[in-house]
Amino acid sequence: MNILVCIKQVPETTDVRINPETNTLVRDGVQSIVNPFDMYAIEEGIRIREKHGGKVTVITMGPPQAENALREAVSLGCDEAVLLTDRAFAGADTWATSYALSMAIRKIKDFDIIICGKQAIDGDTAQVGPGISTFLDIPQITYVKKIEDIKPGFIRVERLTEEGFTAIESSLPVLLTVVKEINEPRLPSLKGKMKAKSLQIAKWTAVDIGANPEKIGLPGSPTIVNRIFTPPKKAGGRIMKGDAVQIVTELVGELREKHIV
Amino acid sequence: MPLMVNEKCIGCKLCEKACPFDAIHVVEKLAVVDLDKCTLCGACVPACKFDALKIDVKRRGAANKDDFKGVWVFAEQKKGKVQSVAFELLGAGRKLADVRKSELCAVLLGKDVTGETARLFHKGADKVYVVDRPELENFLDEPYAKILDKLVKKYKPEILLAGASTIGRALIPRVAILSNTGLTADCTGLDIDPATGNLLQTRPAFGGNIMATILTDLHRPQMATVRHKVMKELAPDTSRTGQVIDVTDIDAADLSSRTKIANIVDELEKTVNLTEADVIVSGGRGLRAPENFKMLEELALVVGGAVGASRAAVDSGWMPYSHQVGQTGKTVCPKVYIACGISGAIQHLVGMQSSDVIIAINKDPDAPIFSVANYGIVGDVFEVVPQLTTKLKEVLKK
Ligand SMILES: Cc1cc2nc3c(=O)[nH]c(=O)nc-3n(C[C@H](O)[C@H](O)[C@H](O)COP(=O)(O)OP(=O)(O)OC[C@H]3O[C@@H](n4cnc5c(N)ncnc54)[C@H](O)[C@@H]3O)c2cc1C
Ligand SMILES: Nc1ncnc2c1ncn2[C@@H]1O[C@H](COP(=O)(O)O)[C@@H](O)[C@H]1O
Repeated sequence: MNILVCIKQVPETTDVRINPETNTLVRDGVQSIVNPFDMYAIEEGIRIREKHGGKVTVITMGPPQAENALREAVSLGCDEAVLLTDRAFAGADTWATSYALSMAIRKIKDFDIIICGKQAIDGDTAQVGPGISTFLDIPQITYVKKIEDIKPGFIRVERLTEEGFTAIESSLPVLLTVVKEINEPRLPSLKGKMKAKSLQIAKWTAVDIGANPEKIGLPGSPTIVNRIFTPPKKAGGRIMKGDAVQIVTELVGELREKHIV
Repeated sequence: MPLMVNEKCIGCKLCEKACPFDAIHVVEKLAVVDLDKCTLCGACVPACKFDALKIDVKRRGAANKDDFKGVWVFAEQKKGKVQSVAFELLGAGRKLADVRKSELCAVLLGKDVTGETARLFHKGADKVYVVDRPELENFLDEPYAKILDKLVKKYKPEILLAGASTIGRALIPRVAILSNTGLTADCTGLDIDPATGNLLQTRPAFGGNIMATILTDLHRPQMATVRHKVMKELAPDTSRTGQVIDVTDIDAADLSSRTKIANIVDELEKTVNLTEADVIVSGGRGLRAPENFKMLEELALVVGGAVGASRAAVDSGWMPYSHQVGQTGKTVCPKVYIACGISGAIQHLVGMQSSDVIIAINKDPDAPIFSVANYGIVGDVFEVVPQLTTKLKEVLKK
């Protein structure tokens, strides 16, 4: 089985804050991490290889420093890494991102399963996985919480739904997006860390993947950001302290009065 | 260089502060862009009070916009029943259609679903497109996407809305690619720009710290998903009817699928269906031990609610992941959210801050949860929660 794992480097959003006094972004100490959902994608890719053989290639589109995310994936056990990096990719929305990744995957050619995270925590769109499978014209299964069986040309998985789950079978190749419940990601091994240091990472530009310049980056993006603003603050609530019995009586009284309960 | 700084720049640093990526710095009273960091996100352009920044890129256009008319809502169904998110979208769609002076249409794919059209009219639809086929009984990514794409290409709606559910989030991205247009996920606000007629799609970004308004200005339809319980459904008007359009010209190829459903399993524990619950009682690390969640279950039982948890509580193994509220868990919007022993980290807040009424119980008066709470009780959960249960039992006579 040849597995491709798509990962994204994202700012750890805990650190992106608005300074309420100046109404500006506080960036100090913003760390870049591998999108947490993609850690499950990496882990699942490695587990499939451990069971069925083959190799795991990890791929990301991003600025040059996204190389760090790839090296982290290699330290966990991925075999190869591809970095799509080019100024021409800047400003890509999910349409243009999926297109670029699908063109890189066409260049890699040899794959059975593509695994993405459920969503990236910076945009939370969950659109890039389905976008890639549509551009490649392959089937997709989103919200996968368990892989039940893999045989040549066949996969059976459990897909999370609002009510429970659905068991789904598909032909290969297929694209999966995975949720947190699927596994418990491992820690990097010493061997992995050494490999991550020395591995030659392929760096591809828009020209290398044969991308149509009109379909990538900002020019290729059907959506644009029109305005960015701070969410309106919720009006200050009522703080109650003191004797528990008294507070609760008062609270329940008010909740009843306002027909909240 | 696609982000241009012109001579109007006075070096005021407003752009430097607005940049989420630390890509602009003022050097000798002039903004300088670090191309390795700039993602062309556009945050700096409106931040500049002097019109000194321009993103100068010619973007690919596609649709002849005037050919596209009407607002469509994807009427997601399960087991033949239209899901409530579709009715909420009709509520939002009605306003948009009225502003655009156009029709509001629902699109219903399924098996034996024609009986559902009446409810769609009652909740605001003028027209319902129905594709009723045995193969469409349950959601399947490929046939649903191919058929919706064909309908979009044939009838050319201006706007297409869908729920940000597990189905909507799998389906609509596929349709957006097939239909060659943009898609904005998880919108919390939808409005029409009076000047251009474009759909203003507002959504949280960076874990809810920032709001962004997104446009699909050159392509049609403008597609957006919205989470359950974000928009309000209209009160049903049972006198309303409309036109049912039975779509029958569907090719066998459009119905084919490379994935197949082997089994559907519903695990409806009544306490887990968090996103549907009117009241949620949530616990965090302040509960200290798994057995203490009993206390929350008792309170939830009294008010007919569900039990939620913070990630810290889930990671400690006190509650299953299906109960987690927040950025990496579920987004909920109940009438009442009671946060017990939860500090209120931003990743938790983004999952619950749009609840109608938030009650927080925490012994730390400085806990950030109090900044979103309507009622903030500074106190010990082990004292307050049992009191609350007793008192509510009393007044609700249970
Ligand atoms: C990428 C990422 C994604 C994340 N996603 C999520 C998510 O989806 N959901 C989520 O919840 N978190 C998420 N987190 C974690 C989040 O940052 C916090 O760590 C977490 O929400 C904290 O949980 P807590 O409030 O239960 O615990 P704590 O922060 O430890 O707070 C416990 C609170 O209980 C109070 N307390 C203690 N004892 C008592 C008592 N006897 N009576 C009353 N109050 C008491 C304390 O004062 C404290 O405020 C995420 C983090 C990251 C980095
Ligand atoms: N720039 C990128 N490079 C590689 N993979 C990506 C990129 N953006 C998104 N993905 C993948 O698509 C998933 C969903 O991302 P999103 O649609 O942005 O929420 C992520 O979990 C990744 O697996």
